[in-house]
Amino acid sequence: MPLPASGMNYTGSVNTVTLGGGRRKTTVTVGGAKTVPYGGPRAACGHRPAIAIDVLDAPPEGWPAPLAEAYAGVLGDPAAWARKAVEEFGADLVCVKFDGVHPDKGNLGADHAVDVTRRVLDAVGVPLVLWGCDNAEKDNAVMPKISEAAKGEKVLLGTVTQDNYKNLTALALADGHFLIAEAPLDINIAKQVNILVSDMGFPLERLVMYQTTGALGYGMEYAYSIQERERLAALGSDKLMAAPLICDVGTEAWGAKEARATSEQAPQWGDAARRGPAWEAVTAVTLLQSGVDILRMRHPTAVATVRRYLDRLWGTKA
Amino acid sequence: MALSGLEIFKLLPKTNCKKCGQPTCLAFAMALAQKKVGLDQCPDASEQARTSLAAAAAPPMRLITFGAGPAACKTGQETVLFRHEEKFHSPTIIALALPDDLAPEALAARAKTIQAFAFERVGQAMPIGAVAVIHRSGDAGRFAAAADFAKGLCKALILVTDSPDAAKAALAHVKDSRPLLCAATDATAAAMAALAKDAKCPLVARAATPEALAALTEKLKAAGCEDLVLWLDTPDAWAGMEGLTLERQLALKKNFRPLGYPTIAFATDGSPEDQAAAASALVCKFAGIVVVETVEPWALLAILTTQQNIYTDPQKPVQVEPKLYAVGEAGPDSPVLFTTNFSLTYYTVEGDVEASRIPAWILCVDTEGTSVLTAYSGDKLNEKTVAKAMKAANLETVVRHRKLIIPGYVAVMSGKLEEETGWEILVGPRESSVIPRYLQEVWRS
Repeated sequence: MPLPASGMNYTGSVNTVTLGGGRRKTTVTVGGAKTVPYGGPRAACGHRPAIAIDVLDAPPEGWPAPLAEAYAGVLGDPAAWARKAVEEFGADLVCVKFDGVHPDKGNLGADHAVDVTRRVLDAVGVPLVLWGCDNAEKDNAVMPKISEAAKGEKVLLGTVTQDNYKNLTALALADGHFLIAEAPLDINIAKQVNILVSDMGFPLERLVMYQTTGALGYGMEYAYSIQERERLAALGSDKLMAAPLICDVGTEAWGAKEARATSEQAPQWGDAARRGPAWEAVTAVTLLQSGVDILRMRHPTAVATVRRYLDRLWGTKA
Repeated sequence: MALSGLEIFKLLPKTNCKKCGQPTCLAFAMALAQKKVGLDQCPDASEQARTSLAAAAAPPMRLITFGAGPAACKTGQETVLFRHEEKFHSPTIIALALPDDLAPEALAARAKTIQAFAFERVGQAMPIGAVAVIHRSGDAGRFAAAADFAKGLCKALILVTDSPDAAKAALAHVKDSRPLLCAATDATAAAMAALAKDAKCPLVARAATPEALAALTEKLKAAGCEDLVLWLDTPDAWAGMEGLTLERQLALKKNFRPLGYPTIAFATDGSPEDQAAAASALVCKFAGIVVVETVEPWALLAILTTQQNIYTDPQKPVQVEPKLYAVGEAGPDSPVLFTTNFSLTYYTVEGDVEASRIPAWILCVDTEGTSVLTAYSGDKLNEKTVAKAMKAANLETVVRHRKLIIPGYVAVMSGKLEEETGWEILVGPRESSVIPRYLQEVWRS
């Protein structure tokens, strides 16, 4: 039986962003969708979403056993950690998260951050995400050095917020990087940040949006619906909302009780060694349905599950 | 989709007899389109006009019920494509597979596992709604025996078989429990439709493309089956997802009746991790029923939580029961913090208090599910409501000290609160993420 036309005709599209330059051996291209996620033929859905594996600049504290064990031996060595993420776990991107710079979490200085940046750049050939410590004052002091150390590598630098964007925007512009614009679960603020950044002369085509991420069971649906609305705005030709999206799945999912509780603490939920990675994987797969383009992830089993899910849809990567 | 005034006018007698109280048939048609009057006010309306108008008024996606008594499940009658437009109405039914080729002991063991599941989050039960008896043995008698056994589980049943003979054998045992018969194909349409009609149970239509599905539902409808469920059965995962979206769009936006039914989908392949991932995606993308094979509790917990999140009403904040919560081994000397009963606020605070590794009490104040600042500006969070919550929780007998940590954003209410309660007020951090450091450094010192 012939079907009527669906009537869902979109005029706009998500921007296409290609990360990686300079000494990077690979590039990662995301975005480009002309319809809602998986709501049209493959050609209309843009590029396959990419997975960035987190590497922390300093040994993390309080990681639950299944996560810490997956990176045993490299947690104090960002370069070795990054190599493991790429060579063993197949990361498309490496996201260096500079938690150790945060005043409450080690208060390490710019020299340390630059050293980590250089070592990770040397260790792997994939494009990088370089993500500050989320303390405005400290980020303003340290990120300029990080940006400079990665000059020409076309990294994704983050994050800029409504209250703190000038410094990092100017840097990214000068050093040829891409920017993450952050707006916690607020679509209006998201637009506002994009306007502020573009008013400084930063091209909208070099932006990636971050709405903060809720873990499965902990506000995932808020991020989900905002991201869905942002995709619809992009498809409706709102150029200010056409940037691809990034989610921090790893940090959020592993903050959930369902991921952290040991098998002894929650026997009714089954084997903790598989539960945590599954929580992370399902958080990622649900957010993929809302239109996220780059997933920040942590556990290799979760990464493998999401990759198999994407392979089934997009075909195995060459 | 409602008919326009002109479309309705074409169905009327066009006599301008004024018996309906309107000056002309056209005026009556316009009033009908605006739902100001009913068709019963026209004494000369034809049977065809009545049927057409009733059909146009029917919901674009049919509501299907299967299972009997307390096990009854509902699916369908969705109204939107995106949850933010309104909300999703009928939470995806999660069904567990019960293959009929299992040895009797294995069947019993699996049944016992299924029955023991009792998941709950934020005070809401998350049930496994249905059991899908799957015909893999090739033996109609065995399928019937498995269905008969599954009846004892007191869950809604889905009978999954391509064979009309096996379906007939199973229905003889379980038709009183109104199972969902799954499925009729183009080849078995007549036989399966006859069985479903006879047993008065809903029927799944199974085809490889949306076009073929639409043709099949018309065929089944002509055979007398109106309670239908769509199963787009394609080996191409992309086509499966794309098809689910297309079916929803056509049903809701185009009022395309042949696809105006809820959907069933299977995530029974691969590891439990793969099934959890595939099932969760299907929950997001409009599947009314999802069948999984895994009985790993962590996989089911993740799928059910996805269902709970996606089917939450975006207009109504999820609330936590307002009471006193202990985090860790909280005792009489542990700190007390208060926050609101908006679930996102509460669970963020709870997570950060937990991360501090200092046992503590969280007093959850009833603010009708609003966040700290919203509640404060709406006067739902003030010295009176906090004092009331403290009293209700018998805080004075729970802890020995008289110190209350308040959210940094409402530091301004310190004075009044101290006056109202007589407790010492400590202003906590503005951001929940700073709570660990606050408790470790400020509380401990």
